Amino acid sequence: MKRLLFLLPLALFAVLAGYFYAGLQRDPAEIPSALIDKPVPEFALAPVAGVGKPGLSTATLKGDVSLVNVFASWCPPCRVEHPLLVRLSRESDVPIYGLNYKDKAEDARRWLAELGNPYRAIGWDFENRVAIDFGVYGAPETFVIDRKGTIRHRHVGAITPDLLDKTLLPLVQKLRAEP
Amino acid sequence: MIAEIGHFALVLALCVALAQSVLPLVGAARGDSALMAFAKPAALAQFALVALAFGCLTYSFVVSDFTVRNVVMNSHSAKPLLYKVSGTWGNHEGSMVLWSLILGLFGALVAGFGRNLPPGLKARTLAVQGMIGVAFLAFIVFTSNPFERVFPPPTDGRDLNPLLQDPGLAFHPPFLYVGYVGFSIVFAFAMAALIEGRVDAAWARWVRPWTLAAWSALTLGIALGSWWAYYELGWGGWWYWDPVENASFMPWLVGAALLHSAIVAEKRDALKTWTILLSILAFALSLVGTFLVRSGVLTSVHAFAVDPARGIFILAILVAAIGGSLAMYAWRAPMLKGGGLFQPVSREGALVFNNVILATAAATVFIGTLYPLFLEALGGAKVSVGPPFFNATFVPLMIPLLLAVSAGPMLGWKRADLAGALQRLRAAMVVSLVVVAAAYWFADRRSVYAALGMGLAAWLFFGALVEWAERVRLFRAPMGTVWSRAANLPRASWGMTIAHAGLGLVVMGIAGVTAWQTEVIRVARTGDAFDVAGYKFVFKGVTRDEGPNYHIARGTFEVYRNEKLYAVMAPERRFFPVAGMSTTETAIRTNLLADLYATIGDPESAAQTGNIPAFLAPVTPQTAWTVRIYHNPLVPWIWLGACTMVLGGLVSLTDRRHRVGAPARVRPTDTVASPAE
Repeated sequence: MKRLLFLLPLALFAVLAGYFYAGLQRDPAEIPSALIDKPVPEFALAPVAGVGKPGLSTATLKGDVSLVNVFASWCPPCRVEHPLLVRLSRESDVPIYGLNYKDKAEDARRWLAELGNPYRAIGWDFENRVAIDFGVYGAPETFVIDRKGTIRHRHVGAITPDLLDKTLLPLVQKLRAEP
Repeated sequence: MIAEIGHFALVLALCVALAQSVLPLVGAARGDSALMAFAKPAALAQFALVALAFGCLTYSFVVSDFTVRNVVMNSHSAKPLLYKVSGTWGNHEGSMVLWSLILGLFGALVAGFGRNLPPGLKARTLAVQGMIGVAFLAFIVFTSNPFERVFPPPTDGRDLNPLLQDPGLAFHPPFLYVGYVGFSIVFAFAMAALIEGRVDAAWARWVRPWTLAAWSALTLGIALGSWWAYYELGWGGWWYWDPVENASFMPWLVGAALLHSAIVAEKRDALKTWTILLSILAFALSLVGTFLVRSGVLTSVHAFAVDPARGIFILAILVAAIGGSLAMYAWRAPMLKGGGLFQPVSREGALVFNNVILATAAATVFIGTLYPLFLEALGGAKVSVGPPFFNATFVPLMIPLLLAVSAGPMLGWKRADLAGALQRLRAAMVVSLVVVAAAYWFADRRSVYAALGMGLAAWLFFGALVEWAERVRLFRAPMGTVWSRAANLPRASWGMTIAHAGLGLVVMGIAGVTAWQTEVIRVARTGDAFDVAGYKFVFKGVTRDEGPNYHIARGTFEVYRNEKLYAVMAPERRFFPVAGMSTTETAIRTNLLADLYATIGDPESAAQTGNIPAFLAPVTPQTAWTVRIYHNPLVPWIWLGACTMVLGGLVSLTDRRHRVGAPARVRPTDTVASPAE
């Protein structure tokens, strides 16, 4: 009995180490969104002038599973992830929509002309009205929206090939299988 | 070249530490004195090599060698020299080198000064110290190389986080680390004792000075950190129960418990397994503290590096060190024989009471700090446990402890007379009651708690003085006798009196600022005048200026007391363009009884443009600014008291009995009856 008492500190520590290990597995940069499993906010945004793509509204996001990508010409990580989005738009049929965040129209236009335009429609959110409703923390961010227009996933920061293959695309497949 | 020498020295130090952790243990097991004696030169060499590496890194920072990645990421050529030097440890890699440096220093001290330690104990202690060295040096060499080069070298660096460019914080990490790492020696002693299967009074006497040194340094480190948070963060608070503050506070609490239980182990040969456990826990919590700060397992403003690979490595160190030592404890501790028996009411009983409460308090802080982690791992929400939790749990725990602090030293060993002890403390009791009444009637009739807090503080302070007066027979014996008794009083006893009185000052500061702080947050235009706690503040507007590596917005207040100019206060906001960060520089005017504390915020209707902060936006003299003014009564006493506690620790350290190996001086005139502590 007394022996067991001396084992107690070790046992407590073992439990603690397990928690530490579990804590390390999660991504500290992952910020849970209050909007997960909520419908996308009601909004309607004008297009970015001169790009030749329509603007973005709540209605656009209903009907098919889609990605909404928050981007800006002034944001270096957006430049990093952009080629992935361009490739995705060529190689798959997943609709990608852009939310142009606090950006001047001519800057956004020049940026898309230079790097390519993967977006089916782009909402011009110069005044940061809609991004606030989405709870956007900073560019880039990407949301996965299901058929009914519900936000199902949020990623903060640049998309990586790994993330795309292991998280975003499987999720899109799964959501497409939903009724 | 210099960087390569540093890197090479680190790798060599790792090799030496490996040998140091194995050979002396083998020697001690076989009784081979040559192998045991290897521990000393190894410990000295390990220290010299890490010191060389640290010197190389410091040199790279001082000459702004931008071919070294670490310097690029954390320094800038325009930075003042002090912060170039402190930049060495103001980042993840450098701070780990500092950790190892201090670890090496303590090992070298034991090797150099532990001449009278039994050779087996010394060899085993240094071997355990060597193992800790291996873990940390391997961590540096394999995951956090501070000497990594960058090519092509950039023309200038990215600057140190400006919040860290501050004298208070320049010295905060070294003291904190001396505290953390100091417990490693105590830990090594505990492990050596478990391996030998013997803990005696001599062992406790060797452990105590190291505990004292570590605890004193930790106290100073925490006080510096709290002082920094007070004047740099600009919110008028001095403690935020931030996870990283808690990380340093937990080893402090356990260290304080250890300090007291080691006395019982030394004097009465009791509480031995408990003392061993506390030695392990104090260092374990220091490691957990490092883990919390370094791994990003709890997100906090303090976290330098969020890198899962490093996190796994540190976790492996934790599991090996803590898991290994606790397993050793479970295996060997039951074999240790218990010592002297005692009654519940006795000096030992009081020290047990102290230990139970300090350990419970540490556990409370631990649970509060890690609760978010537990909850999240179970799939719960992200929560943060804030001051309300700690105020509701920690504070009530402390009250009985603080009440007992003054009575404990009045009790005799083995069996004591509580009524008699309280009888002798009458004077302190009367003074405390007078303080309660005075605080209630004159200072503040709204708050009974504030008055009780003041009374508690007075009880601690005067209780310590009364105990001292008892010992030297003040007012009872002729002055000559008093003088000689005071001169012969052991330094450890002086240390206790000073430290307990310092604790009283801390409590008074906390109670004062908590109950009577005045906070004024308002919008002010040039020429506006307003009253804060009896002082008239006149806002004279905001001017712009340039520092060596930052832009300044400086507000000016004229402060009048009874229509006479009392002070001119000039709080600043600074923007560091290279780092793209801003800091708040509060203006503090203290008279040691209270602080006036002023900060400026942002101008009205100005916004951040690009990365230029709002306070540098174009404004007119008519623009209104947000200003925050605090009147913080007694707050300086918190740090004054903490420094007094450190002083008590240092005085106690100079006690002859703590000098390992110092021959006991026989004093025929020694009239002090009871051994002091």
